[in-house]
Amino acid sequence: MSSVRHILTLFRKELLLEVRQQYSFYGILLYIGATIYVLFMTMDEPEAEVWNGLFWIIQLFICINAVAKSFLQESKGRMLYFYSIVSPGNFVLSKLLFNSALMLIMSLLSLVLFMLFLGNPIQRALPFTGLVLLGGWSLSLIFTFLAAIAARAQQNAAIMAVLGFPLIIPQLLLLSQLANATFNPALPFHASTIALLVALDVMVIILAVILFPFLWKD
Amino acid sequence: MGFRSACGGSKFVLSLLFEFDFRFLCKNFPGMTPTKNYMYKSWWKILSVVLLIYTVVAGLLIKVPDLPALEETVRNLFFHVCMWFGMMILFTVSVINSIRYLRTFNLRYDIYARHYATVGIVMGLLGYATGTVWMSYTWADPNNPATASFGTIAREPKLIGAAIALLIYFAYLVLRDSINDMDKKARISAVYNIFAYAMLFPSIWIVPRILPSLHPGGSEGNPAMNFKDMDSNMRLVFYPAVIGWTLLGVWITTLKIRLSLLKEKQMVQ
Repeated sequence: MSSVRHILTLFRKELLLEVRQQYSFYGILLYIGATIYVLFMTMDEPEAEVWNGLFWIIQLFICINAVAKSFLQESKGRMLYFYSIVSPGNFVLSKLLFNSALMLIMSLLSLVLFMLFLGNPIQRALPFTGLVLLGGWSLSLIFTFLAAIAARAQQNAAIMAVLGFPLIIPQLLLLSQLANATFNPALPFHASTIALLVALDVMVIILAVILFPFLWKD
Repeated sequence: MGFRSACGGSKFVLSLLFEFDFRFLCKNFPGMTPTKNYMYKSWWKILSVVLLIYTVVAGLLIKVPDLPALEETVRNLFFHVCMWFGMMILFTVSVINSIRYLRTFNLRYDIYARHYATVGIVMGLLGYATGTVWMSYTWADPNNPATASFGTIAREPKLIGAAIALLIYFAYLVLRDSINDMDKKARISAVYNIFAYAMLFPSIWIVPRILPSLHPGGSEGNPAMNFKDMDSNMRLVFYPAVIGWTLLGVWITTLKIRLSLLKEKQMVQ
């Protein structure tokens, strides 16, 4: 019970920080808006497959920008303070929870903007929205853990991209394949693929809890 | 010593390769006798050479089934598939050493993990090279320019899986080099190694089964492992070939490990 309380407290602290330092939140919003607007300027309404590919790539970049700062913003002294009061598992779980929530909001927002600016090829809206949420969640989990690694290596977001892109390829492949089925009702929609994605997410969480303790002690 | 009893050139060469090195190292590492550490034994190195000679000779001479489109190119199986087996085995050993590092914090295991990963990458690149040769005789459409064939072939799920594996380990090396502190480097890269390896498996074993593929072993199982892919004759060469190539990879790795252990030792002194 106490670990749940710890996680929630840490989550509240992240939320509070986000509310107080609004620049980073608005920064991500602006990033989404600007990227999609640039896309809108450079091309007319793309075909469904191109739309799909662009959508997931933009999700990837949004995720890197939204999640990268989560560990970089913590100063050395503050990390030491957290180290002395909470267990590493709770700490990383609260980060995962917060970044998931952040990424879910951002994914929905970029979906709305995509539909407004680049046309709407989606035939089955509800499954696609679910898929966007699942995709945003998967992306945020992997990149949260990689942000922790990159922050320990005292590196910028560039190394996060290098570390993360090969890992995210399978998930993006699965997601875009599932998404194609929502554009064309004739294509089958595999429930097993969704189960696989969820299983991967659960595995990432377990790995993060196991491996994070090694990352943060010096 | 091989010098005194040298009665033939071959024995002298063998002594240079095996005995000379290990006696020299015995003196330097008193705590680590050659009987305890597999690295300094020579029987498996000889086994590797023998198996590889057998692979090349038998691989080019045995009778292979005459299949349409494949024909004699099927002999490349003894080289191409073995490279991927060797790569996966070496990456697995690298991860095991990373886990050992995190359990003991002994820097020796970090050196092991790093070198197994490097040689695994080399084997992967060789796998691509042998695959390219094979593909240019079987898949590539002679009526198209090479660049047009490349686009379609590079989308092969098996190629994607292999590319993911190589990219992960390139990233692993980049991550290592970006950190200066030795302990921190070892710890962070070990964490990434384990995490990345755990994510690599779904991509190599699951994703190819979901996407359509030309490559053997797309949806029905692992290539070269199920019994309808290979006849018993080829099996007799294939399994020794896998062992031989893997042992060669391990041999190269142990040489690199020994070199960097010596370097570390020099730095300490």
